[in-house]
Amino acid sequence: MAITESTMPKLFDLALTVNGTLREQAVEPRLLLSDFLRHDLGLTGTHVACEHGVCGACTVLLDGEPVRSCLIFAVQAHGHSVTTVEGLGAVDRLHPVQEAFRQAHGVQCGFCTPGILTSVVPFLADHPDPSEEEIREALSGNLCRCTGYQHIVDAVKLAAQAMKAANEQPAR
Amino acid sequence: MTKTLIGQRVLRNEDARLLTGLAQFVDDVEIPGLLHAAFLRSDHAHARLVGLDVSAARQRPGVIAVFTAEDMGADWAPGPPLVSPPPTAKDVTFHSRRQVPLVKDKIRHAGEALAVVIAENRYIAEDAVEDILVDLEPLEAVVDLEDAMRPDSPRVHDDLESNLAAHLFQKKGDYDAARQQADLVLRRRILIDRGAAAAMENRGIVADWDEKSQHLTIWDTTQAPIPIRNGTAARLGLSENQVRVIAPFIGGGFGPKMMMFYPEELVIPWAAKKLKRPIKWIEDRRENFYATTQERGQVHDVEIALSKDGRILGLKDIFLHDTGAYDPYGLTIPLNTQCHALGGYDIQNFTTEVSVVFTNKTLVTPVRGAGRPQGIFVIERMLDAAARELGLDPVEIRRRNLIPPTAFPYEHGIIDQAFAPLILDSGNYWPVMEKALEMIGYATFVRDEQPRLRKAGKHVGIGIAPFVESTGVGPYEGARVTVEASGKVFVATGVGTQGQGHFTTFAQVVAEQLGVEVSDVRLVSGDTAEFHWGTGTFASRGAVVAGNAIHAAASIVRRKVLELASKHLETPEDELELEGGRVRVADIPNRSISLAELANLANPLRGAVEPGTEPGLEATAYFGPRYGATAFGVHAMIIEIDPETMMIEIKRYVTVEDCGTVLNPLILEGQIHGGVSLGIGNAYYEKLHYDENGQLLNASFADYLIPSATEMPRIEVGHMETRSPLNELGTKGVGEAGTIPVPALFAQAIENALADRQLEILESPLSPNRLYELTSRKEAG
Repeated sequence: MAITESTMPKLFDLALTVNGTLREQAVEPRLLLSDFLRHDLGLTGTHVACEHGVCGACTVLLDGEPVRSCLIFAVQAHGHSVTTVEGLGAVDRLHPVQEAFRQAHGVQCGFCTPGILTSVVPFLADHPDPSEEEIREALSGNLCRCTGYQHIVDAVKLAAQAMKAANEQPAR
Repeated sequence: MTKTLIGQRVLRNEDARLLTGLAQFVDDVEIPGLLHAAFLRSDHAHARLVGLDVSAARQRPGVIAVFTAEDMGADWAPGPPLVSPPPTAKDVTFHSRRQVPLVKDKIRHAGEALAVVIAENRYIAEDAVEDILVDLEPLEAVVDLEDAMRPDSPRVHDDLESNLAAHLFQKKGDYDAARQQADLVLRRRILIDRGAAAAMENRGIVADWDEKSQHLTIWDTTQAPIPIRNGTAARLGLSENQVRVIAPFIGGGFGPKMMMFYPEELVIPWAAKKLKRPIKWIEDRRENFYATTQERGQVHDVEIALSKDGRILGLKDIFLHDTGAYDPYGLTIPLNTQCHALGGYDIQNFTTEVSVVFTNKTLVTPVRGAGRPQGIFVIERMLDAAARELGLDPVEIRRRNLIPPTAFPYEHGIIDQAFAPLILDSGNYWPVMEKALEMIGYATFVRDEQPRLRKAGKHVGIGIAPFVESTGVGPYEGARVTVEASGKVFVATGVGTQGQGHFTTFAQVVAEQLGVEVSDVRLVSGDTAEFHWGTGTFASRGAVVAGNAIHAAASIVRRKVLELASKHLETPEDELELEGGRVRVADIPNRSISLAELANLANPLRGAVEPGTEPGLEATAYFGPRYGATAFGVHAMIIEIDPETMMIEIKRYVTVEDCGTVLNPLILEGQIHGGVSLGIGNAYYEKLHYDENGQLLNASFADYLIPSATEMPRIEVGHMETRSPLNELGTKGVGEAGTIPVPALFAQAIENALADRQLEILESPLSPNRLYELTSRKEAG
């Protein structure tokens, strides 16, 4: 019966790197990565909006690749490296993509934003000079109900330009 | 005054925290000892609840409590009415039936809450929900609106004689007489179905009862924290001062997060107080589809009477409105529909009659648009049909009927959603239309491009749809503006914020008055501990009603600043100016005093304060409009349809809106873009499919498709400004403007693109599938 199963959940000794820091914790095997990040580590910037991998709000980087943290168990990230929105930049030191979202008004309620940022960062690494069509295709895995996406597309373009300009600056 | 801040594209104060994951949403609240709730919900839409066996759930380790309606005892009571009841008059019938905290005897929609489990974590709570045994007796579900009104229909509320929730008749002029004079009378039946608001953040609530201080703190995803505080205090027998409701960052509202008193808002604070433990409940997406309110279901029988030159002589609209299982939100939506069925047109004779119908479906309350898109769909469809019959251009028939600028304020002679006379305060409609025509290149498209593309076999079409939006309704909002000892400014207001940029637009209004940087104005909105008079953010009223209250408070503080500075600088007030956080003598820039110094002078540590004065540089002010300000706008669109798949490619999308004074064009454009995306969803992708048992068949984002970046076109936004005479700032609301005309626009553009099929569209939402069915039926029949 279900009761006995949940009375004695076997705990798993999880160890992973989150935003550059090693985190170790015993967790239930069924604990979702999204819940582990949000509620065990207090990294509440990762948001959960559909719980089945469609909306992209919970996107985090697993070894640099965007994944849906609501579809992954925390134990599956064992031994891996996770980057959340908190690991991209800080209030006084925004990541160029975050800064571009501010400049272009790519944020309204901000709930989908962390997942969009963590999708856009690896996208721009692979596509430093994207077309509008490529940007829209890349964003199509992230749902936003506030912006109609237009200012988000503008922000991604702006980020690409800013990052390109920064890379082209001769090293001093 | 220095360079004006109103109308500038100021970047948002709130963004840095939102972009770095530091902004606090309700699910981010953590409290030591926090418990977690999960609800058992009905799988059936209509059933008699015979019994609930919660014994196994209570025994599950980690479960703290399980509550049913029975366990609530005398505390069990339906939610309060959310809007004032309609005035008693011979033409109004209204049966108030409000949602219940937990079902006691009868289930009225799938997803209705039956029991709540409180456990150490959400995983255990959900396990325990599965342990509950439900004994119920299924009943035939009331789903279809017209069937619901048949005498032999099962009843949603057994104590009523039928499923009629309300009936409202309104008229101006004499439609029947106008009809006698008409050269053309057209009659149509128009069907509009439901969609979801689908904010990205689901609902949630955290309640924390502190036994020692006898104080309840609630974090709630509500658009209206003050009514929630007042209602919660009343229900729990507490003083309003013992309850603090905080609406922190909210991940999108769009209507359903208003002062709803959802079952969870009734149950969680009660349970927290009972258990003396903090409790969190966060809705999941499936619950959001079943248990969060929806909108738009209506059936219209419309008749329009015109002269042969296309002037509207009269309109008659008899319709059914689906309110779902309960009707806490009164007549707001159908009244909006009645008012917007008149569009921006000069219509002298109008008869309208709505029957509001109970069904075994999720409750209906306003969703961005709130009855307005349905009204606009009705009038615009009728005008398109009339233009075809009369051989008139769709633009020309509209030009001939738009209200002329000299006619404002234009009194319609019916009542609006606030039961006040419907008066359109101001406007200059035709130039807005002209601007949209010019931006989209209407004449060239119709004359040259469309014939050329049609010859090449392409199904291209154009649509142009004007609309009005009643905005900024009362009763009132308030604000308190304080210059702090640092010289920075603090503003508190009661409305909640869900992404509209209030932290910035309101800061602009204050900075404009006090000569400080926008980034030096800190705003708290939606925390009853900071400000506790007001209603909330809805009906496109934030910028109008709260904005003008903030403007009024800031203006008083400005006067106080000048008065004090005048004494200190020994200079008459009219020779002083506020700039860069200082008050200067206009011609002698080095004779100045900072706001920080003035704030300290106004709140001295020693000495006497003059009799009749108040300490500090602070003011509280309120604004209540006599009636709502009505905005106007036009959307235009060029599309190409693939006749095989019926997929639509939007080639151009233009909006021109006149919402009076624009506070921040960057934020305004964002509001329009987002509104249009919901409108496009409403028009062509989103429909809640209920089956004959009242089961929602597409309750997930995998099945209910909201537009993504690849469905959305680039939107070109144009502005016109006719200031509202109803408020100091001259603003009108714009929150719903993006959404309202889109279904009407799609219908027109699709008919135009498929002109060879002679299709007439009389329903919304459409979809590629549905359009394929309609065109196939036309070919077959």
